[in-house]
Order: sequence, then structure tokens, then C-alpha cells
Amino acid sequence: MTLGRTLWAIVLIKLFIMFAILKVFFFPNFLNSKFEKEEDRANYVKSELIDRSTATATITDSISY
Amino acid sequence: MELLSTSLVDWSRGQFALTAMYHWLFVPLTLGLGVIQAIMETIYVKTGKEEWKKAAKFWMTIFGINFAIGVATGIILEFQFGTNWSNYSFFVGDIFGAPLAIEGILAFFMEATFISIMFFGWNKVSKGVHLAATWLTITGATLSALWILVANAWMQLPLGMEFNPTTVRNEMVDFWSIISSPVAINKFFHAVASGWVEASVIVLGISSWYLIKKRKEEFAKKSILVAASFGLFAVLFIIFTGHGSAQQVAAHQPMKLAVMEGLYEGREGAPLVAMGVINPKKETYNDDVDPVVMAIEFPKMLSWLSFSDVNAYVPGIRNIVEGGYTKPDGKIADSFETKKQMGQTAITALKNYKIAEAAKDTAAMAVHKTTLDANYKYFGYGYLDKPEDTIPNVPLVFYSFHIMVILGVLFLLNFALALFLGWKNKLSDYKWILWVFLWTIPLGYLAGQLGWIVAEVGRQPWTIQDILPVQAAVSSLQTSSVLITFVLFAVLFTVLLIAEISIMLKQIRKGPESN
Repeated sequence: MTLGRTLWAIVLIKLFIMFAILKVFFFPNFLNSKFEKEEDRANYVKSELIDRSTATATITDSISY
Repeated sequence: MELLSTSLVDWSRGQFALTAMYHWLFVPLTLGLGVIQAIMETIYVKTGKEEWKKAAKFWMTIFGINFAIGVATGIILEFQFGTNWSNYSFFVGDIFGAPLAIEGILAFFMEATFISIMFFGWNKVSKGVHLAATWLTITGATLSALWILVANAWMQLPLGMEFNPTTVRNEMVDFWSIISSPVAINKFFHAVASGWVEASVIVLGISSWYLIKKRKEEFAKKSILVAASFGLFAVLFIIFTGHGSAQQVAAHQPMKLAVMEGLYEGREGAPLVAMGVINPKKETYNDDVDPVVMAIEFPKMLSWLSFSDVNAYVPGIRNIVEGGYTKPDGKIADSFETKKQMGQTAITALKNYKIAEAAKDTAAMAVHKTTLDANYKYFGYGYLDKPEDTIPNVPLVFYSFHIMVILGVLFLLNFALALFLGWKNKLSDYKWILWVFLWTIPLGYLAGQLGWIVAEVGRQPWTIQDILPVQAAVSSLQTSSVLITFVLFAVLFTVLLIAEISIMLKQIRKGPESN
């Protein structure tokens, strides 16, 4: 096998593993797989950012609307 | 506070580090070897001497092997952004996406177009067109690196954006300030020049092997001449850009600078540690144990390196935690506790904004937005618990930085010595020196890796400086799934690395005439 063919084979096998196996089975887009709407994704991330804060314990829920 | 597994954060970080470090094994050689082969081809076109064409074609083959095996390894990092770091990806919005998109366009169109002419165009296009394609290939590759480094620099110095609490995205308001960020400019030149150095080290080492084996000696001497000249220029350039990087770190990431130097107590006229040993008995930032033992120092050099003033004050880790010192801009530095309070206030404002938004109370939304904006610069401190959370791993960053600098000096001496002996035509008389050049090859790779450890471990816990720490950026995944993909990547990249080394060694053993 010539050098060129070997390299092409490596490139193609690598791309196949990356896109057809790793991306599909192991790396789904986390937010897109959970939510269909952009608004839902935003709400989820907002909740995550609030809930993970050290401030959460001290945040008062006294504000009511 | 939602409890997140520490091991999830650590494995996610480890996976990203593993992928980035493997990726950076391929990138610098592409950037540097591309220039070296282009220089050789330019000499061929200028002189018409066939031996330069042979040399250019040989190094182009090595470039091709490295390019083929390394290409697209960086895409896996982008997979990880969407899966493992989804909060981060969403939060950064188009700021991170725009440079990466431009990089993708450049990489896949500019490089792909000209690289095919470069590899397959010999004898099919004119010498001038081929030479232009060679230079445009490496220009495209370098510009690709520019956009990646612009994105990285924004994480080190976030600017040109405004946080929108409705979309939970940092929205770009000033593209120019992002791409012209002084951190980005320094990072680009420093990182690219490190690739030039690494490739020069490799060309010098491989060429030395030919001289040791008494094979292809004329080719080897010509290659050494180009590699040593280019390498020497690159090392001097890297010293210059390193100074610029140090000034940016001092201005925007003082903790990283203090950790790089193991500096716990700030001082005026601070010395630069040339070599030293971190004291393992140092347990906390304020325990008064001497942090460095057996240090060889250059007096006042750290102050000069950081602020171009030998008497400038450089804050230590303790001072940065406790605040109260005067910064170069004349403002008084905030303490960790103040920053934490501001961060918590910002996040509380975000929560209240969310509640007001649900109630469609626009007046309250405006009030909370104002509070959020006023405290946003320390948003990330609202996720931290104690001062120690802001201090990166001191021994790892300290040793990485100093070993990198020592290796830089070694490369400088190697290139100067190779040029001198090559000029005198006495390279073959000093076999032991040739062996040194050969065994310096892995050190070239090591220096590049250490540089990135300093840059990235040195800014922990931040994904975005002061705004988003790793524990807020990571996705809520099962640790076991991250562990599985970590192992998969380790296997895939190790196989690729073995393939690269074995194919390269085979080609090197064949020598320049075979391609």
C-alpha cells in the first residue's frame, strides 16, 4: 500500500469513527436532545445557573408576583 | 445549591485536557513544518537547484503524514462543548461560535483547496503557482489557529459582550474588540511561534540522525541550516511574545501569574524565579510557610516582566485573595469575599429576573437587570465557596512554567550551536551534539504541552475568567458516561499517535529520494 493510500485510509476510518460512531452514540448535543424549543433550553440553563450557585441557600423567595 | 459530583467535573476536565493535548501534538508541527517546507521551496524556485526541491518534497511528506493523522482531531473538542459543557456553550452564545465558524470555513476551504495543489500539483502547475499554493496552505492553517486562539483568548479576557438574562446568552456587541483583544494577539503569536520552534527542533533532530548515520548528508546539512535559522528566529520571537503574554496575564489574570511564580506574598521589585522547588509543607495560602525552597532568582525581573518597571508591585496569592492592594489602573483590588458577595448578588438578581419575567413584570425585570449588570463582572464567584477555590494547582503550574522556559533556553542554544557548526561545516565532527539534537525532539513536544498547562490549569477554576467556573459550566451527565468516552478517546488518539510515529519513522528511514 502506498503512503498516499495509507493516509487516505486513516483519514476516512478516523472520520467514520468520529462522526458515525462517537458523535452519534456518545456525543449528542445535551440541550438539543432534551428540549426542542430555544426558550426551553434557555430556561433550563437559567435554572442550572441559579441552582448551582452558593447563593441559592441565601436567595430569598420572598418576592412574589 | 445543587450538588454536583466532583468526579464529574474532574473527568469532564480530564477528557477535555486529554483531547486538547493530543490535538496539540499535531497542530504545532503542521504550523512550523509548513513554513519550513515553504522556505525550502522558495529557495528552490529562486535558485533552481533540484536538491532544495527534494528537501522541500521530503518535509512536505512528513507534513502530509502529520496533517492527515491530525486533521479533524480538534472537532472532538467541539463535540464535547455540546455534550459535556452545554451550560458553557449556551452561555457563551455566538461569541464562541463565530470565531469557530470562521475557523471551520478557513480550514475546510482555504487549506483544503491549496493543500491539494501543494501535494498533487508538482509538474502540473508552474513553479510560481505551486509555491503560492504552498504558502497559502500554511497561511490558511495559521489563520485557522488565529480564530481558535481568539475564542480561547476571550475565555481568558471576556470583553465585547453583554449578558442577556432572557436568552441566558452573552451576546456579542463589539466583534472588533474581541478579535483585537491584546490577549488574543499575544496568544496567537506566542502559540504559533511555539509551533515554529517545535517543528524546527524536529527537523534539526531528524536531520542530525541522517548525519549520525552518514546518510543523505547534503540534504541533512541544508535542512539543519533552514531549521536552525528559522528556529533561532522563532525562539527570539517567542521571548518577545512571552513578555507580552506575561504583561497580559499580570493585567488580567494576576492569580495565574502569582501561581506561575509560586508568589504568595506580593512585593515591589519582585524577583523572577529561574529555578526553584515548591515547598510541599505549604498547605494553605495564609499559613506563613515559605512557599519556595532552593530558588535561584533574577532580582526585580518579575516586576519588569509584568509591568515594564523594575520596582512595580506584583501581588501574591494571599494579596489577591484578601484584596486591598492598588492595581496598576489605580483602583483598589477587591477581596475574594467582596467578589463572592457580588457574584451571589448577580445570581440572585438573575433568579429574581426570572421570577419577574414569568410574571411579565417589566419594571421589576429592569430593576433586577440593573443589579445583575452592576455585579456581573464577578458573576462566577457566586459559585465558589472558599478562597482556596480560586487558587490553581501551584506545583503543576509552577513547574510547567519553569521547565518550559528552561527548554526554551535549551532550544535557543541548540539552534545557535547548529548554525555555528553548520556554518563551519563541522556538524559531523561532533556526534554527541547530533545525539543531543536528536533526543531534543520529544522535548519540543513537551514544551508546547507545558505552555498550554500554564495557560489553562493556571486559570482554574474558570472556563470564562471571573464569570463562569467549571462546576457551573459542566452538563449534568452521568460520570460513568464521561469516563467511557474518556477511555474511548484515549484509545483512539493513542492509536493515531502510534500510526503517526510508525509511518513517519518508516518514511524517515527511506529518506528524501523515496517520495
